[in-house]
This record gives sequence, C-alpha cells and structure tokens, in this order.
Amino acid sequence: MSLRSPLGRILGLGSAKQGTGHWWSQRVSAAALIPLTLWFLYSLLALPALDYDTVRTWLSVPLSGFLTALLVVALTYHSYLGTDVVLGDYVHSAGAKLFAMLMLRCAYVLVGGAGLFAVLRIAFGSGAP
Amino acid sequence: MKPIRARPLSPHLQIYRWQIGNTLSILHRLTGTALAVGLLALCSWFVALASGERPYVSTTRVLASPLGKAVMMGWTFAFMFHLLNGVRHLFWDLGWGFERTQRNASGWIAVLGAAALTVGAWVFIWASHRI
Repeated sequence: MSLRSPLGRILGLGSAKQGTGHWWSQRVSAAALIPLTLWFLYSLLALPALDYDTVRTWLSVPLSGFLTALLVVALTYHSYLGTDVVLGDYVHSAGAKLFAMLMLRCAYVLVGGAGLFAVLRIAFGSGAP
Repeated sequence: MKPIRARPLSPHLQIYRWQIGNTLSILHRLTGTALAVGLLALCSWFVALASGERPYVSTTRVLASPLGKAVMMGWTFAFMFHLLNGVRHLFWDLGWGFERTQRNASGWIAVLGAAALTVGAWVFIWASHRI
C-alpha cells in the first residue's frame, strides 16, 4: 500500500533532495561557532581597554584578524540559516515568502560582507581614512 | 493548492500543556532572532573601527549609553542561553539526554547557567571599568 496522496502519485516529484542539507549546515556552523565566539569574547575581555588604538592593534595581529574574519563568516551563515527558517515558518503566502527570503538573503550579504570587509581592511593594515 | 480532504492537525498552543521543553524551544528561537540583530550591531562596530577614530568613538558612545548597555546585557543573556541550549541540541542530535529527568535538568542548566554567565561577565566588565 502506498502512503502517497493521489495528487502526489500523479505528479511524481518525490522529495526536493534538500531536506538534510540545511539542517546539517546549521549544526556544522553551530559547532564551529562554539570555539570562535568563546575565543572572541575572551579576547575582548582580556584587552586592557576597548579604545580605538587598542582594538585596532589587536585586530592587526594576524591570528586575531584571521579568526575574527572566520567568526564573521560563520556567524553570518548560521544566523542566515536560522532566520531563513523563521521566515519560512511564519510568512504564509507564497509570494510574500519568496520576497521576504530574498530580501533576507540580500540583507545578510550586505551586513556580513561589510563586516568581513571591515575586518580584512584592518587586518591587512589599511590606515583609517 | 487545496488538499483533497481536511487532514487532522496536531494540537496547537491553546491545548498544549506548558512546560520547560516547549518554553526553551521558543526561547531558543527568540534569542536567535535577537542575536541576528546583534550581528548587525557587531558588524556596524567593525565598520566603525575600520572607518576611523571619530566614527568608532561615536559608535561606542551609543553602545555605552544606558540604553545601549541594557541592550548589550540582553544580547549577553541571549548569546549565553543560545550557546548552552545549542550544545543541548547538539547532544540530542548525538542521541544523548532524551530521558525526562535529563531533559529537564539540562534545560534548567541552560537557563540558570546563562543567567550566571551573564551576571559574571557584566560584573567583570563593571569591576574592570571597561565601559
């Protein structure tokens, strides 16, 4: 006995083959963020002060710049995956859902891209304008 | 597309007995959404830092205002809870900790641990005059 509905049987589409990808990416980025976020918080709290020169000098150290760049990428990706699910769950009309999800993706590319670019600028030693 | 006939629905919020499991599930999503806004603030902070001393000083002045501090304390709790509860979820994904007593205990550890870490972090910040 088949458990598929008559409509499902005649369309014959099967699954979209993307069900586990999103879930798995969320877990992997979550696991990566545990050491990265703890390292970042510890580093900031360990600085003698959070003034302009101290923070810039710290971020110019290759290891700090590298790990902070990874942090921005992992945070942006993990946060995007999560809020994408929230929109998928609560925006019901198909058109509004597509629009909202595309806008969300644009916002994350802009915010994460700007954050990453800023970190790399400091890490590669570009002086402030 | 209309379903062929009305399908049975699972019990919704009005009928579901409120307990720590579903409360923390909702809180995980709420804190995650709050932290998405926090990511915007973090990236703004990096951009200000890359833009020069004056933008950096005006940005940190906003963050260090009473309202800014209150919001950052909220983000600290949101982060600590999302971290601890996220670890709880990762353990579940490995198949561990599904017994009722384990579920409840790990849930309380996540909430109380997050509160303790938040207070600890801000006592340290206050005591070391960082902000």
